[in-house]
Amino acid sequence: MNNPQLNKHGELQHLLSTEGLPAAILYDLLDKAASFLGTSESRDIKKLPLLHGKSVFNIFFENSTRTRTTFEIAAKRLSADVVNLNIGSSSASKGETLLDTVDNLCAMHADMFVVRHSQSGAAHLIAKHVAPEIHVINAGDGRHAHPTQALLDMFTIRHYKKEFCNLRVAIVGDILHSRVARSQIHALTTLGVPEVRVIAPKTLLPVCVEKLGVRVFHDMAQGLQDVDVIMMLRLQSERMQGATLPSAQEYFKYYGLTQEKLMLAKVDAIVMHPGPMNRGVEIESCVADGRQSVILPQVTFGIAVRMAVMSTLAGGK
Amino acid sequence: MNIQIKSGRLVDPKNKIDGCHDLFITAGKVIAVGSPPANFVVQQLIDATGLVVIPGLIDLAARLREPGYEYKATLESEMHAAVAGGVTTLACPPDTDPPLDEPGLVEMLKHRARALNQAHVYPVGALTYGLKGEELTEMAELADAGCIAFSQADAALVDTRVLMRAMQYAATFDFSVWLRPQDSFLAREGVAHNGEVATRLGLPAIPVCAETIALSTMLELARATGVRLHICRISSKEGVALVRTAKQQGLPLTCDVSANHIHLSEMDIGFFNANCYLVPPLRDLRDLEALRVGLIDGSIDAICSDHTPVDEDAKQLPFAEAEAGATGLELLLPLMLKWVKQSNLALIDGVDKVTLQPARVLGLDSGHLSVGSVADVCVFDPEVYWRVEPSLLKSQGKNTPFIGMELQGGVRYTLVSGQLVFEYKKIK
Repeated sequence: MNNPQLNKHGELQHLLSTEGLPAAILYDLLDKAASFLGTSESRDIKKLPLLHGKSVFNIFFENSTRTRTTFEIAAKRLSADVVNLNIGSSSASKGETLLDTVDNLCAMHADMFVVRHSQSGAAHLIAKHVAPEIHVINAGDGRHAHPTQALLDMFTIRHYKKEFCNLRVAIVGDILHSRVARSQIHALTTLGVPEVRVIAPKTLLPVCVEKLGVRVFHDMAQGLQDVDVIMMLRLQSERMQGATLPSAQEYFKYYGLTQEKLMLAKVDAIVMHPGPMNRGVEIESCVADGRQSVILPQVTFGIAVRMAVMSTLAGGK
Repeated sequence: MNIQIKSGRLVDPKNKIDGCHDLFITAGKVIAVGSPPANFVVQQLIDATGLVVIPGLIDLAARLREPGYEYKATLESEMHAAVAGGVTTLACPPDTDPPLDEPGLVEMLKHRARALNQAHVYPVGALTYGLKGEELTEMAELADAGCIAFSQADAALVDTRVLMRAMQYAATFDFSVWLRPQDSFLAREGVAHNGEVATRLGLPAIPVCAETIALSTMLELARATGVRLHICRISSKEGVALVRTAKQQGLPLTCDVSANHIHLSEMDIGFFNANCYLVPPLRDLRDLEALRVGLIDGSIDAICSDHTPVDEDAKQLPFAEAEAGATGLELLLPLMLKWVKQSNLALIDGVDKVTLQPARVLGLDSGHLSVGSVADVCVFDPEVYWRVEPSLLKSQGKNTPFIGMELQGGVRYTLVSGQLVFEYKKIK
């Protein structure tokens, strides 16, 4: 089976998932992001001409503020023309199909699509459909993947921990419904993290999750023991319906990250969260704002990582 | 019309024939096998040298999409597909729009099918009105109109008391009840097997216990009511085991599997291939193997095509939003042959699963080529390879997981009631 993300030379054609990408490509993206970090933080030269004359269409079939904004900033810093479309409130509600929407935007000479959709596989469908000169970036599809989030998480880990090969990483929360978790797991295992743990009650874990290369824990105290990195996941409030969880209170008691539980990890462990956070549900405020939290740097790094992805796809080769 | 099918390899499971025998047909019936009857004057000679002659295929599940879904397929297109696939008898599920719950609808369908003068069509009537699982249909009236069995198709029947009464009522008239086992709560929103692939792709999943729980309920109710039960589209290893045990205990039970499920697994979904979005879901390799074993040991009686033509637009959507199903009438024979080859079986045992056994499920005296039987015949070239391409399929539905694949075995002639209704013509 051909990896639909790579062209016939093995180069990145689309970014749809972190699964199946060679470690070399991931490292290239992280290195490139590091080179952009200075640029994006410097006040003087904000713009680079790498995407000059290119049109980037942010098509969001699902609401998002943070992801869309960081993609927009990243594209603008690369001098691209950016068009934002919140399809949730336009075409789809008029009955237009996903691919019709895409065809229309292609007719407007889009060079790159940044896509978010509530259905797993939406970005793959678009990537398969568009002409070969058009690039697709998956900004989150259903429960499947959110590769730029995972890449910025890897960037953050590398920034604070330098190496991947000696780490113990725990991902805590709603793994079952999380595209972020899936992409994190694939990225971590590809980059050589020797121990990736997932911590969740059984109702929030997909079957055979261990086949993704993780160790499963149901007890948070055991799972956090001696970890270097804690990656928290957002808990959607609808999980309390449909008999997945009894209450937010009970969830916080057993799976929320508190200062006390954080003490079980290594003293220099970092705490991450993809946002938006539910304070008091999956994470205690004093942890979210504490000295081990790197949640805000994650957001900053997100821009550099997205610049790296876009420039690799469009300007790369 | 006197027809002689000459020099073919005749394979007839019922009569345990596998050898070179001529077949003689007069007035729509087989009148002799081997040497011609006295005074037989050949009016039409079919040279079957190098070809295999078998009873016409009998398909237990072919959606013709009429009434109601003519944009997906029509009776004309699908009946043409049937005979092009060597299928001479088919049962169609009641999930049309409206469902087959009124005698008038069934009569209309039978009438339309008869007028086309191709395969024999046996409608399966709705077990409950509108397939809603609430009120019983007029089964006796529907049977008079031509229904051969009663089913819920893929619609849920949640209320076990309604299910029990439907079985009791059907048993009163010795009607057979066909059910696909799936617990609708456990299957809610699910689009793929609860396994490695669904986990990797983030697809909502249907666990195996959705099948076994529903199956256990059905088997218990069949025991309690004495109804003739047919289990449709079994998909899991555990499901096959339950059917096997129930049969060993003497329950009057039959079971079918779709031709897709004896060749494919969840792995074939790859990167969200919507052609592999099927009902029930493709399960894992262990299940695939168990289905093949179940066919060989007789736990599963028949292979059906589960023909479900879907229009192209309905597949060009994200996996879970796409419409489930695949076209299958024209692939039933080659997929049976593929299974025979891969499992090292005798051809006659494979033919049995698409002719004689499904005839038994339907309670028909067909699926064989005994002297005196209706001359429904399929003549195929066992050696030819062909690539499955949309343009080669007569069905209006072009979606199948096998698109682009090479399959072995191509139908050359199809006869229904002694009339040549299909002859292969090579497209140049």
